[in-house]
Amino acid sequence: MAQPVPEHADSNDAHGHDAHDAHGHHEQSFWSKYVFSVDHKMIAMQYMFTGMAMGIIGGFFSYVFRMQMAFPGHSIPFFGVVTPNEYNMLITNHGTIMIFWLAMPVLVAAFGNFLIPLMLGCDDMVFPRINRLSYQIFLLSAIVLIGSWFVEGGGFGGAWTSYPPLSAKSQYNLTSWGSTLWVIAVGLEFVAFLLGGINFVTTAMNSRAPGMRMFDIPIVVWMIVLASMLFMGSVGPLLAGAVMLAFDQQLGTGFFDPVRGGDPILWQHLFWFFGHPEVYVVLLPAVGIVAEIITVFSRKKLFAYKTVLYTAFGTGVLSFFVWAHHQFIAGIDPRMANVFTATTVLISIPIAEMMFVYVATLYGGSITLTTPMLWALAFIAEFIIGGVTGIFLGASGSDIYFHDTYFVLAHFHYTFVPIAVIAVYAGFTFWFPKMFGKMMNETLGKIHFWGTVLPFNGIFIPLFVTGMAGDHRRIHNYKNFPELTTPMHEMWREVATISLLVLIAFQFVFFANLIWSLRKGKAAGNNPWQANTLEWVAPSPPPHGNFAELPNCYRGPYEYSVPNREKDYWPQNEPA
Amino acid sequence: MATKPIATTRSATTIPTGRLAIWWVLASEVVIFGGLLASYIMHRLGHPEFGDYASHTNTYIGAVNTFVLLTSSYFAVRAHNEAEHGRGKAAAKWLYLTCLGAVMFLCIKSFEWHHEISEGFTITKNAFWSFYYLAAGLHACHVIGGGIIMLIIAEDAKKNKELQRVELIGIYWHFVDVVWIFLFPLLYIAK
Amino acid sequence: MIEHYIEQASTYAADIDGLVLLVGLLVGFWFVLIEVIFFGLIVSFRKREGVKAQYISGEEKHEKRWIAVPHELVLLCDVVIIIAAVRVWVDVKQTLPPAQATVRVIAQQWAWSFVHPGPDNQLDTADDIKTVDELHVKIGTTYHFKLEARDVLHSFSVPVFRLKQDAIPGRVITGWFKATRLGIHDIQCTEICGIGHALMPARIYIQSEADYVAWETAHAPPPTATASLGN
Repeated sequence: MAQPVPEHADSNDAHGHDAHDAHGHHEQSFWSKYVFSVDHKMIAMQYMFTGMAMGIIGGFFSYVFRMQMAFPGHSIPFFGVVTPNEYNMLITNHGTIMIFWLAMPVLVAAFGNFLIPLMLGCDDMVFPRINRLSYQIFLLSAIVLIGSWFVEGGGFGGAWTSYPPLSAKSQYNLTSWGSTLWVIAVGLEFVAFLLGGINFVTTAMNSRAPGMRMFDIPIVVWMIVLASMLFMGSVGPLLAGAVMLAFDQQLGTGFFDPVRGGDPILWQHLFWFFGHPEVYVVLLPAVGIVAEIITVFSRKKLFAYKTVLYTAFGTGVLSFFVWAHHQFIAGIDPRMANVFTATTVLISIPIAEMMFVYVATLYGGSITLTTPMLWALAFIAEFIIGGVTGIFLGASGSDIYFHDTYFVLAHFHYTFVPIAVIAVYAGFTFWFPKMFGKMMNETLGKIHFWGTVLPFNGIFIPLFVTGMAGDHRRIHNYKNFPELTTPMHEMWREVATISLLVLIAFQFVFFANLIWSLRKGKAAGNNPWQANTLEWVAPSPPPHGNFAELPNCYRGPYEYSVPNREKDYWPQNEPA
Repeated sequence: MATKPIATTRSATTIPTGRLAIWWVLASEVVIFGGLLASYIMHRLGHPEFGDYASHTNTYIGAVNTFVLLTSSYFAVRAHNEAEHGRGKAAAKWLYLTCLGAVMFLCIKSFEWHHEISEGFTITKNAFWSFYYLAAGLHACHVIGGGIIMLIIAEDAKKNKELQRVELIGIYWHFVDVVWIFLFPLLYIAK
Repeated sequence: MIEHYIEQASTYAADIDGLVLLVGLLVGFWFVLIEVIFFGLIVSFRKREGVKAQYISGEEKHEKRWIAVPHELVLLCDVVIIIAAVRVWVDVKQTLPPAQATVRVIAQQWAWSFVHPGPDNQLDTADDIKTVDELHVKIGTTYHFKLEARDVLHSFSVPVFRLKQDAIPGRVITGWFKATRLGIHDIQCTEICGIGHALMPARIYIQSEADYVAWETAHAPPPTATASLGN
C-alpha cells in the first residue's frame, strides 16, 4: 500500500472537522457554484434538470406522433403536417431520449449523485472532479443529439434500435449526418455513465459511515450500485458496436453490410446484449426508490431485506442471458429461441418475488397516503401489468405474432413509464424537502398524481387492444391496410391520444407545484417524514460538505415501529 | 478544489479507493474490448478467407511492438516500486521511460500502417482490415490517453505528490499490455 | 383472445392463439390475485389512531413462507408456459413439413414481389408468375416461402396466419404455412425499413383450387418456343 491514510480520517473518528474547515466560508462565484461545481448535490441537480428538460422534448415528440396516429394527415398544432421521415425521426428520438436522456440521468445519475453520499454519511463522492467530467460529457452528448435534428437530411429515423443496413447506409436512411451524430451522442452518453459509475461503486464500497455494515446500506443505494455494475458489464460490446456503425456510416467499412461480408445480425446481438440488462439498469433504481418510500409511509421494516438484494442480484445476472428474446424471428438459429424463451420466462421469478416482498411490506403497516406514497404504490400496481404482459412476448410461440405490434409497445410502456415517470415523481416528491428545504403542496401533488396515472392507463390499454388487433409498429399512417382502418382501430387510437393530451395537461400542475413550493412551501426542517436514513440527518438543503459532523451508523435503515420504543422510527445515526 | 472530501480517504473495504476505481475502469474496458474481439472472432469463424487477408500483416513488426510494450510495462513496475518507497523523483523517471515505450510503439505502428495503407490495405479493403484498424486503433487511442495521464502523474510524482497514483497508472498500463497480448495473436499470428 | 380481432386462417394460428390464451389465464390469475391483495392491504392497514405498525423482519421461516410458496407456484406456471411455448415454436419455426408448393417472397424499399411457381409448380422456370404486392395461394396446400430482402431488413407478416419472419439482405430464409380459410387479407412489413415502411402493404389471396388455377392461367407469362420444347 502506497500512502498511509491520514489520521483524521480514521474510521473510528466521528468528527468531520476537515469537511467543515476545508469548505469553510469561501464564497463561490456563480460559475463555480452552479456550472463547474464538483459538489455531488449540484451535479445531481444538473443531471436532474437536464434529464427533465430532455424528457419534455421526448414528451413533445410523443404528442406529435400520437396526434398523427389519431388524426392522420392533419396539421398538428405546434408542429404542422407530419411527413413519413419526420414521423420516423420523432419515434426514433422519443425512444432514444426517454431511455438515455431521461431515465438514465434522472434515476441513476441524479438520484445516485444526490443520495449516495448523503445516505452513506459522506461529505461528497470519492472523485468529485470525475463526477463533474461525467456530467460535462453527458451534457455534450445531449447537445450532439439535439444537433443531429438540425443537420442536412434531418434527424435519424431508424428507430432507437438502429438496425443496419438501414442505419448504416445513408442511401437507405437518407439522414447521413443525422445518423452519425445520433450514434456519437449515444456513444458519448455511454462514456458519461461509465465515468459516473466509478463514483457510485467506489463511494458505496469504501466510504460508508463508520459502523455501516453491508446490510445497513439503504436499498436504493444498493440498487444504484448494482445498476452501475450491470451497465458497466453490458455496455462495452455496444460501445464497440457503435464505433463500428459509425465507421460503416462514414468510412464505408462493412461490419454490418452483407454485401461486404458483414452481418446485420451482429449489430442486433451487440445491441440487445446491452439492451436487455439496460432495462434493469433503470428498473433497479426505481425499485430502490419505492423501497425507501413504502417503508417510511407504512412505518414498517422492509420485508426480507436480504431477499430484495438476492432477487436484485438474481435479476441482474439472469439479465445477461435473455437478450435474444428481442430477436426470436430475426433470423437467428430457431433452436436458440428455445433457450432464450426459457431464460426469459424464468427471469419473471426474481422480479415477481421482489414485488411480493414489497406487497408483504405493507402488511401490518400504518399507511399514510402522502403524494410520494401514492406514486410509490402506483409504481407497484402498474409495473406488475408490465411484468405480466412481458410473458406473452417471452414465450417464443406467441411472440411470433406479437413481435413488432403495439402489444410490445404497450408492454414496455407499462414497465418504462412506471420506471421513468412514476418512480421519478415518487423520488422527486419524497426528497424535494431535502433537496430544496421546502415542503411541496400536497393538494397539487395529489391532483397531479391522479391526472397522470389514470390517463396513463388510458393511453396504453387501448394499445394492447390495437396491438392484438394487428397494428404493427413504426407506421406513420395505417391508411394502406384495410384490416387496420376499421372504426374500432381508429377509436382506440383516438382514445390513446386523447388520454395523452390529458396526461400532458396535468403535468402543468406539477410545474405549478414546483414553482409554488419553491417560493411558498413550508420550511421542511431536517426530517419532515420522520425517516431513518442518514440523508435526513443533514440540514435541508444540505450545505457543502453535507453534515456538520459526519455521522456514525448504529443499525439498519428500516427500524420502524420497533416494539417498546416510544418513537416509531429509529434513525441510523442515533446511538443505541 | 485543492482538498479532497473525507469520502475519498475512507476505506471500508480496506482497499484504497483509487485502486477500486482503476479496477472498475479496467472491468469496463475489458467488456468493450471483449465485445469487439468477440465480434471479430465470430466473424472470423464464419469467414475462413480472413486467414488469407490476415497473411498480409507484418508479424515481425507486431512482435517488435509486443516486446516494446512488455518492456514499458516492466518500467512501470519499476516506477511503482520507487513510489512505494516514497522516491518520487525516481518513480517519475521510470514513468517517463514507460512513456518513451509508448511513443516507440506508436511510431512503429505509424510506420507499419503507412506501409500497409500505401499497399492498398485500407480500412475499407475488407472486413478483416476493418477489424484490424478498428481494434488496433482503439488500442492505440488507449495507449495515447494512458500516456498523457501517465505524464501528468509523473509531474506530480516528481514533487512526491499523489504517489499512490503511480501504482494505478501502472495497473492501467498492464491492462493496455494485456489487450495487445490478445490482439497480437488474433491479428498477426492466426493466418 | 386474438381471434376476437383477427380471424385464424392457418393451421398453426389456433395453436398460437391457444398459447396466448394459456398465458393470459395463468398471468391473469396472478395479476388479479396480487392486485387484490395489494389494494386490500392498503385499505386494511391505513393509519389508525392509536394503532402502531407491526415489526416484521421477513427473515423468520414462517414469514418467508408467504413469499416462498407463491414463488414456487410462479415457477411452476413458468415451466408450463415454457413447455407450451416451445411446442408451438418448434412446430412453426423448426419443423418444415414437405412442401406442396413454394413461393419466393422478396422485400425491398418499398414493395413486395412474389414469385409463384406457375402451372409446373417449380420455381425458377419460365412459367413463374411474378407479382407485386399480391400473393396468391391455394387453400389447404402446404407452402414453403423463400424470403429475401434486397436492401435493408424487412419482415414478412401475415396476421391471419399469425406468421412473422424477418427478411435479411444476403440471406434466403425458409418458412412454411398452410392456409385454412378463403379470403383476402393484409400482408405487413414489420421491420422498420425507411421512410416508406408504411407504404409497402401487400395482400394475400387465399383461393380455392379452382380459383387459383383460373388466376394462374390468366396471369401465366406467354409461352416461348424454348419453354414449350423444354416441357
